[in-house]
Amino acid sequence: MTNAKSRAGWIVAGVVSVVVAALAGLAFGPVNLPPGSVAAEVLNLIPGVHIHSGLDEREIAIVTQIRLPRVVLALLVGAMLALAGGCYQGVFRNPLADPHLLGVAAGAGLGVTAVIAFRIGAGTAGGDVTSGLPLTTPMAAFAGAIGAVVLTYLLGVSGGRDRSPATLILAGVAVSAFLAAGQTYLMQRNVDAIREVYSWLLGRLATAGWHDVLVILPYALVTGAVLLLFRRELDVLSVGDDEAASLGLHPQRSRYILLAAASLGTAAAVSVSGLIGFVGIIVPHTVRLLAGSSYRVILPLSVLFGAAFLAFTDLVARTVASPAEIPIGVVTAFFGAPFFVLVLRTTKRMAL
Amino acid sequence: MSPVLDVLDVRVTLGGATILDGVDLTVTAGEWVAVIGPNGAGKSTLLRAVGGLLPAAGAISIFGTPTERLSRRQRARLVATVAQSPVVPAGMAVFDYVLLGRTPYIAPLGRESAADLAAASEVLAQLDLHRFASRQLDTLSGGERQRVFLARALAQGAPLLLLDEPTTALDIGHQQEVLDLVDELRRDRGLTVLATMHDLSIAGEYADRMVLLANGRVVATGTPREVLTEELLATHYGARVRVIDGDHGPLVVPVR
Repeated sequence: MTNAKSRAGWIVAGVVSVVVAALAGLAFGPVNLPPGSVAAEVLNLIPGVHIHSGLDEREIAIVTQIRLPRVVLALLVGAMLALAGGCYQGVFRNPLADPHLLGVAAGAGLGVTAVIAFRIGAGTAGGDVTSGLPLTTPMAAFAGAIGAVVLTYLLGVSGGRDRSPATLILAGVAVSAFLAAGQTYLMQRNVDAIREVYSWLLGRLATAGWHDVLVILPYALVTGAVLLLFRRELDVLSVGDDEAASLGLHPQRSRYILLAAASLGTAAAVSVSGLIGFVGIIVPHTVRLLAGSSYRVILPLSVLFGAAFLAFTDLVARTVASPAEIPIGVVTAFFGAPFFVLVLRTTKRMAL
Repeated sequence: MSPVLDVLDVRVTLGGATILDGVDLTVTAGEWVAVIGPNGAGKSTLLRAVGGLLPAAGAISIFGTPTERLSRRQRARLVATVAQSPVVPAGMAVFDYVLLGRTPYIAPLGRESAADLAAASEVLAQLDLHRFASRQLDTLSGGERQRVFLARALAQGAPLLLLDEPTTALDIGHQQEVLDLVDELRRDRGLTVLATMHDLSIAGEYADRMVLLANGRVVATGTPREVLTEELLATHYGARVRVIDGDHGPLVVPVR
């Protein structure tokens, strides 16, 4: 039976972990600041609140102008990837589905590679100084990701006789392979670009100011709203298409709406953060293990724990080898791989 | 009074093969009609067509309303289906599974009302499943699961119940237990039952009327005594059987 009490408990735990991860992300770095003072400074951002934090001008600037945008971006990207991953796993009834399944990663990768390669080919120097990537990178990634998902969808609905989820997955595999081939070709023709492409592929949250946050915020809101509104449908879909149809739903329609929303959110996240793996798989699975198999629990908790997880891994990524930064994708995978062993050991409960 | 179900000249083609080739069928309120026939005769397809799970040519009316004039939700309030082997979602509690049966009453994007929770509890109580309510569905035995599937369909509150081979994979005791339960519910709740059935003797014991399908057509219809004859079974099943008179209906005994 759904236990409303334990559900509320998990929501509280999720909120607490978001707050803790965010505060840690704001307080620690090359300059370590007392978390209490940092919390006070964050509250000071609320109009009308004035708390004396004991931080000087420079420290306040570090918290509110340098670290805060990055932490917020990590929270948003993590929440979106985890939410989209949970949604993909439900729609495909496949525990290995991740938000990149339908070609988002390959499409974004090709888009970014093309931009980097052709900029170098044209001999124009410059671009975003902080990351060494051209300013058009997020746009190229977003366009590539959306293009790939549309292509997958068109192939999936026209190519297959049966319009089962498996057809869509296979179409995604075909599109991913095709686009990856294009990307490899471009990289091979422009070896100078490989370094920059890799730095993007491995994921990064290097952000200067609030620009990236503002870019993905609208998508995050739309995706979040659609997926959270449709989470009951995911539970109905879990009993099979025929059953869902005889219960009065349009399983195919629900599936496309859910996938479109999840893909949009993933594309937006990928466009600012590169390919951060594992978040979309490990977070929803952890939530499933801990709090139960209903998507009405999994999706909201994935938002919270995904946000907290990525804010935490970003902190690790930028402090462990300071002053250098480890690509955040490496950190998430470092935690993700051992977790997968755990997943395999508990397959009985992880089955969808 | 219009019949609960009126099927007229229904044709279904799947991948170029004709599965149903002009089926007529009428089911009146409170009846238990068993659809029998050899493998591939189109029994399940007929049920799926009635349940609206695949496109069918011809006319299907439920309580006098052509199904194309019913929305999916409206249809789901009139017809509940227990599939042959329903998907068992891992980790889902029995109560939550039964509660999914209330979907046609829950507004799109809405959530269950207290009435929905009460309806699910009531069905669980009636089917003696209360002690399983918080158990995970995939930990139950075959007979218990079948009762839970039935509970989900009953929670739908639909007057027409479609059962596709409701006793496959059950031993003979549990077969009778499930069918007795269906019969009891039919009387208590005034349900109408249309079921495909594999075991002819058991089908004959429970059904008021039988429909024999072969090659997508109705080749015989009537009481079990009229349909379960050595001659009809030899022609359409290619089976050598002896039909013996039982207490409730004819008993079909295979012979060598």
